[in-house]
Amino acid sequence: MSCWDTFQAYALRSLGVGERILPRDDFTVCQEVVLIGSGLLWNLYFAAVALVLGFFLATGLALLRNSQRRVARKPAEWFIFLFRGSPLFIQFFLAYEAFVLLPRAGIPLDLGVVEITVQTGWLTRAWAGATLVLFLNTAAYSAEIFYGALRSVPQGEVEAAEAYGFNRWQKFRHVVWPTLLRLAWPAYTNEAIFLFHATTLVFFSGFPAWRQQGDALYYASYFADKTFNPFLAYPIAAVYFILATLALLGLFRLGHLRLHRHLPAPARPPLRFRLRLLR
Amino acid sequence: MFSFCSDPDTLEGAAWWACYLTTRKHLLFYSSFGTVLLLLVITAPAALTLGFGGAVASRSRFLPLAWLGKIYTSMVRGIPDVLFFLFVPLALDQGLEWIRHHLLCPEWAEPIRQDGNFVVCREAKLPLSSAPEWMHEIYGFLLAVVAFALVFGAFAANVLAGAMRAVPHGQLETAAAYGMSRAQVFWRILVPQMWVYALPGLSNLWQILVKATPLLFLLGVEDIVYWARELGGTKTSVYDYPHGDWRLYYFLVLLVFYLVLTKFSEMGFDRLTRRFSRGQKTIGSSSPTPA
Amino acid sequence: MKRLILSLLSLPLLAGAALAQDDVVRMGTEGAYPPYNFINDNGEVDGFERHLGDELCERAELNCVWVTNEWDSIIPNLVSGNYDTIIAGMSITPAREEVIDFTEAYIPPAPSSYLAMAGMNPDLENGVIAAQAGTVQADFVADSGATLVEYATPEETVAAVRNGEVDAVLADKAFVEPVANESGGQMVLVEDVRIGGGIGMGLRSSNDELRGQFNEVIVEMKQDGSLNELLVQWFGDEADTW
Repeated sequence: MSCWDTFQAYALRSLGVGERILPRDDFTVCQEVVLIGSGLLWNLYFAAVALVLGFFLATGLALLRNSQRRVARKPAEWFIFLFRGSPLFIQFFLAYEAFVLLPRAGIPLDLGVVEITVQTGWLTRAWAGATLVLFLNTAAYSAEIFYGALRSVPQGEVEAAEAYGFNRWQKFRHVVWPTLLRLAWPAYTNEAIFLFHATTLVFFSGFPAWRQQGDALYYASYFADKTFNPFLAYPIAAVYFILATLALLGLFRLGHLRLHRHLPAPARPPLRFRLRLLR
Repeated sequence: MFSFCSDPDTLEGAAWWACYLTTRKHLLFYSSFGTVLLLLVITAPAALTLGFGGAVASRSRFLPLAWLGKIYTSMVRGIPDVLFFLFVPLALDQGLEWIRHHLLCPEWAEPIRQDGNFVVCREAKLPLSSAPEWMHEIYGFLLAVVAFALVFGAFAANVLAGAMRAVPHGQLETAAAYGMSRAQVFWRILVPQMWVYALPGLSNLWQILVKATPLLFLLGVEDIVYWARELGGTKTSVYDYPHGDWRLYYFLVLLVFYLVLTKFSEMGFDRLTRRFSRGQKTIGSSSPTPA
Repeated sequence: MKRLILSLLSLPLLAGAALAQDDVVRMGTEGAYPPYNFINDNGEVDGFERHLGDELCERAELNCVWVTNEWDSIIPNLVSGNYDTIIAGMSITPAREEVIDFTEAYIPPAPSSYLAMAGMNPDLENGVIAAQAGTVQADFVADSGATLVEYATPEETVAAVRNGEVDAVLADKAFVEPVANESGGQMVLVEDVRIGGGIGMGLRSSNDELRGQFNEVIVEMKQDGSLNELLVQWFGDEADTW
């Protein structure tokens, strides 16, 4: 079987397309490269969905956390503490065990006129359940970052907006939010990378890999277990993750440029990525 | 444990619970919380030492050493920590056995890697297969400690390198102007001053380390996750105390444990920050909420 | 000529010395497959195979210790020498025999069963079936055309049926039967299939001597009826015996 054949058979294996049976013996480097790369699609999917959705929830949570009202502030604080104070690994286990307890037949919801049944089975699948956990988790961490940035938004900018007669929404949309993002962006970049790396935990923490469709590390450990040789599969996975991390960093650099597009090029502060241990 | 536990089938209510929660298996579960704390206590200083070495190496004027330090400190930015936890123990174990094999059994003719297997001579096994079981367990735990120390050492190196950069340059120049040697400037000025800059990062690092401890389970150590899964699983009447699938409740216990541990760590570091910033004008000392 | 005889004589002596030096036999099992093997409430390995293994070791005058290892890496860890035997309800199959050697079977070929929720009538040919990864049952399901979902431990396969992730689980009947009986009618056995040969102990191919020792006492236990007694004790009166 040539490497091109292997590519055709396994390039989309993690999504269930192509050859059903995983290689069982006579493993080749080509197989490892293709399958581990195929698994990376899952990591990218988890990270993309969790980050995009988490971004909006985090903004909301940060605003709630900054609220004067106790009823708004306390739930946000508890949410953030719950997800930041416990290991993601435990959160995955717990969420999976909780999801499987939901009634299989679905939960009937009486909406007055019509009664619909909410299906719950898909929550036990990694594509939904694990993404949900990652989404809540990154929302909590990002909310903490955004909250810190929100508190540092210069008062003068807000007052200037008020002087212009901006209403609350305009004030937030055109003044507070952009400044908040500019302030939070480096730390948020850091959080995004942490989250991307955390997606490797999904298939080691209770969520089963259906039809052996797993992420990059799932296939890497599959090969390492079968060949009993960690020196090939894991470095391949490592290279993939380095490349993907660099790509992610590139995206955040674009975001950084956009956030500072009002400044002339020389005045833009560079986005220096320095690992921050804010997780 | 209690005398009335001798016949579990007859127990009911509180007595059943008293006996169930004190089986030897549960005692092993409780003591595995100690395993987690032990890992933290050993790993934290080991990682700090490695991190210090990494930070110093990356500042070295000897280029190969500087590169080595830079690679070490930057590897954790691109590669997920879980990958290291899977790779390091297995790689280290095979690496050590490979070296011992070549030292102890030079006359061995067969290849070490036969398809899908790693075979070394009996004398090269670590630990020797004749060793008592506790040595096997300690060895497994040590491999885990090394993996944790390596990864968190790299994180710590990042923090410490940043802290070294943060020490005001004027301080170092003044010391040099007083005629201190490079080593003296380093040990007497830079190192004592960097801690206050390193503390926020180190406190975050501790929190990350705490939250990485359940990964011990992936390394085959019988930690709290292992016992929670083992105890929580459905028990048929083959067991003394049959019950349904209780894993959710056991994991809830773990969740509470980690929340409490996090809360206590936060409080501890807050105190430490206040102490360290005594006499230093920093954001931490001037505002009521430390940044 | 004299020299040759001498060396021939000294060989078994040396072998004996080597054996006496590390006379500990490490018995590897999974510890998660009652009643074959499981961790009891004292935190020790228990079950049919524990009692059988201890009896075999006593008869063969071996000093045995028990270790547990996850199922999915149980063969590589045997080959690399982390323990000396696998005694974990492992069916003797040609594929496994290419890698390791088996002793005489100590459990005759026994049926596997599909376990499902009562009243669900699962589609065994086209439905979603769980099995433990790396078992003969997993291979069987993969070949049957059903959607195979693999789990690392037996416990998780049963949990998957209970919460409806899968339609049924295929496992050794002796494992799923107590689960069905104690579910209060919630779960039932759907169908029996016969897969694989008997269950035997796995050893490294290089370890013929130890295999011989175990074979001898297994045959002995088969002949004096003590193995059958043990089988009935752990698997019930209807258990297949020798």
